[in-house]
Amino acid sequence: MLATAGGAIAITATPLSALAAQEDLERARVELFGDRPVQEGRVTLKLPPIAENGFSVPLDVSVDSPMTAEDYVQRIAILSPRNPLPLIGVFHLTPHAGLAQVSTRIRMSGTQEIEAIAEMNDGSLFAGRMETVVTLAACVVL
Amino acid sequence: MASIRLAVPRTAQQDEIIEIKALIQHDMESGFRRGSRGEVIPRDIITRFECTYDGNTVFAADFQPAIAANPILTFHLRASTSGPIAFEWTDQNGTQWQDQADIEVL
Repeated sequence: MLATAGGAIAITATPLSALAAQEDLERARVELFGDRPVQEGRVTLKLPPIAENGFSVPLDVSVDSPMTAEDYVQRIAILSPRNPLPLIGVFHLTPHAGLAQVSTRIRMSGTQEIEAIAEMNDGSLFAGRMETVVTLAACVVL
Repeated sequence: MASIRLAVPRTAQQDEIIEIKALIQHDMESGFRRGSRGEVIPRDIITRFECTYDGNTVFAADFQPAIAANPILTFHLRASTSGPIAFEWTDQNGTQWQDQADIEVL
């Protein structure tokens, strides 16, 4: 209950124009991958369930793939439904990486469900998601 | 100057998958913040990071403003030959920096 109340406050405190709406997220997804179907699974996205500070949230994404020359992950895009920009970053992988796992730290403008979409070398797409409750949002506070 | 801190193992077995950590020291100013007088602080971010080894691009990343300050990346590499692992990162103005770490494959 407290978490949802906090989310509502964050929404009112942020100018609407600065929020990437669900349509912006759709647009970013189409720009990256076209209108190919996205399947669920194979992608594991790890974020803390609660982040006290949206300025730096650890993110870890891994994809179930053998990472051989015949079968590997080409791209992983990290997308946000609530940040000022829907795209957070894109990782480009090759079979020389050996393992499809990447970690970084991201900024989050409020409580939201982050999405990771992995593109395999055959063009198929898989998605994974994780929701994080953000108590102090980036962008909102100066 | 956007310097880098690297964590790369010195040695590896043939075909071993090693973990690489890279931390670029950079503010990653998002362009969405305002200063004390209400003026928008202009965007200033690193936009691209690349790691090459043994003649191949192993890993690359495109950053947007939602990557936190002092961007840190952890990724992996399959060790094949002794030699340099090269890192290159670029900011939004096209300024490039390079560094490398040597690995010995036993």
